[in-house]
Amino acid sequence: MTLAAPTQLGSPGTGRLAPLPPGRYGLLGALRSEWTKLRTVRSTLWTLGITVVLGIGLGAVAAATTAARWTTASLAEQLTFDPVRVSLTGILLAQLAVGILGVLVMTAEYGTGTIRATLAAIPHRRLVLVAKGIVFGLVALVVGEVVSFAAFFLGQSLLTAPAPHTTLGAPDVVRAVVGGGLYLTVLGLLALGLAAIIRHTAGAISAFVGILLILPLIVAALPSSIGGPIGRYLPANIGVTLVSVRSDPASFAPWVGLGVLAGYAAALLVLGGVLLRRRDA
Amino acid sequence: MIEARGLTKRYGDKLAVDGLTFDVRPGVVTGFLGPNGSGKSTTMRCIMGLDAPSAGSVHVNGRPYADLPWPLREVGALLEARAIHPGRSAWAHLWMLAQANDLPRKRVDEVLSLVGLDGVARRRVGKFSLGMGQRLGIAAALLGDPAVLLFDEPVNGLDPDGIRWVRNLLKGLAAEGRTVFVSSHLMSEMALTADHVVVIGRGRLIAEMPVAQLTGSSPRRYVRVRSPRLAELRAALEADGATVAPDSDGALAVRGLDAPRIGDLAASLGLPLHELALQQASLEEAFMALTEHDVEYHGEAVVGLPPPSPADRVELDTNGTRP
Ligand SMILES: Nc1ncnc2c1ncn2[C@@H]1O[C@H](COP(=O)(O)OP(=O)(O)OP(=O)(O)O)[C@@H](O)[C@H]1O
Ligand SMILES: [Mg+2]
Repeated sequence: MTLAAPTQLGSPGTGRLAPLPPGRYGLLGALRSEWTKLRTVRSTLWTLGITVVLGIGLGAVAAATTAARWTTASLAEQLTFDPVRVSLTGILLAQLAVGILGVLVMTAEYGTGTIRATLAAIPHRRLVLVAKGIVFGLVALVVGEVVSFAAFFLGQSLLTAPAPHTTLGAPDVVRAVVGGGLYLTVLGLLALGLAAIIRHTAGAISAFVGILLILPLIVAALPSSIGGPIGRYLPANIGVTLVSVRSDPASFAPWVGLGVLAGYAAALLVLGGVLLRRRDA
Repeated sequence: MIEARGLTKRYGDKLAVDGLTFDVRPGVVTGFLGPNGSGKSTTMRCIMGLDAPSAGSVHVNGRPYADLPWPLREVGALLEARAIHPGRSAWAHLWMLAQANDLPRKRVDEVLSLVGLDGVARRRVGKFSLGMGQRLGIAAALLGDPAVLLFDEPVNGLDPDGIRWVRNLLKGLAAEGRTVFVSSHLMSEMALTADHVVVIGRGRLIAEMPVAQLTGSSPRRYVRVRSPRLAELRAALEADGATVAPDSDGALAVRGLDAPRIGDLAASLGLPLHELALQQASLEEAFMALTEHDVEYHGEAVVGLPPPSPADRVELDTNGTRP
């Protein structure tokens, strides 16, 4: 790789010291910076690509399979069939990809040392975390909603008669579809909070996957007198309720569940913010 | 201006920096010297507010780093460890930093061409050589055109051309009235670059003085002369009050007379001189002498630093001597 010779001068451009502009660095600059960071690494493209493919594709496959087998399904299956939930099946896998991106937004900085450059520019650490939360949260929200709506429409179009399908006009359907995108967003922010606390990619991803996939297994293994009441607090459970039209009495009501999930995310982000301030970078 | 006052940093049981008090002034290059593990990088991180001091304080331009309104416009730093995402392009790395402090887009292109990376601006940093990465770090430090610059081992991984370029850059920055604080374990490099030095060992301040004083105060300062008519020269010098001793390669080590006086004397007697050179203790030696008792990690043969070699001394004397 050939390199241009460095300019033979000691002056970094102006040759004199420019006076400082008024004001100080702030949220706007931090947001622009975070947006640039997010869109200039490949992992963003990968994780969001996987979110889209899994989120939409899996629901489509599930819908098509259901339609093909409808006539052989049991009556019980036919009665409890939830066309919204089937079309949004992919959300429950896409959540892993969104969470990994949420983790990487934070841990990639520690893993590569970029955090030192970031904090040199923005010493206010909580501002950095807030900017990350806003930028990543908005991206996750847009992608999440696009995936959720696309999965819904594609899934319904594949649920051909005799399998029943539904429309946005039916009760609770808009809530479930919008809820799918919101669920991905809040879960992604929860992952960001975990990452701010743990600061290592592998550790934070393990914790995230553990909460989503391992915790339900542990709860399921508990005696139902204990596991039953706990189950509704699990993020995965909240997600299922959110993307379903049929209600499950053992779970939180959809919006309550989302509130609980948002509470987890907020608590982790606040703790992460406090630790970022306290610890050496 | 950087002011450290009783700066102390403890990592668990380990006292990395121990009550450092020093000033780094504008307009000169201040070298920051110390054996491995003496706390140079830790001090730099404390200056940047990346690590919080356990006690004491360090201010930049009169305030703690965290209180600077536009940090990148006031302080530029090249820290020891790489601080760049390998998947991002050089341009994107600088642009995201520029945005954080409201710096214009064209400044990114400016610093990239300043360090000679404009041709590879859009390449992923992961594909960069060590030297290119170092130049990108320097570009990031210069991004905000700051009045205070910190460089932790800036010539690491650079070839001789790159080293010379960094040396000139540092001097140029200081000449513009900036505060330039640069750590290095290449002592001979510091002799060529720094005007002033802060020397530490085991986290403690050992010396803070002009480089000339550090090297010049050594008893190893003498003038080396060689002549085909050595005996006559020796007699003449001794007659003029010099103390003369044999040096290596059949030369003489003259103390008590300066080089111009020796040259004049020889000329007046018609004695040819084949060599006339001021020998100063290299910074390496002066530094070794100072830090002898403060070296953190004793190797078996090597103590913290390689022993000074005669080659270093010659290089220093032929082109590095400062008045
Ligand atoms: N984050 C940390 N945690 C624990 N100990 C640390 C940490 N950073 C530095 N130290 C210790 O503090 C001491 C000073 O380290 P530092 O890196 O500041 O030295 P240095 O002068 O930069 O050395 P070098 O010339 O090798 O770069 C060392 O003993 C090091 O092991
Ligand atoms: Mg160091």
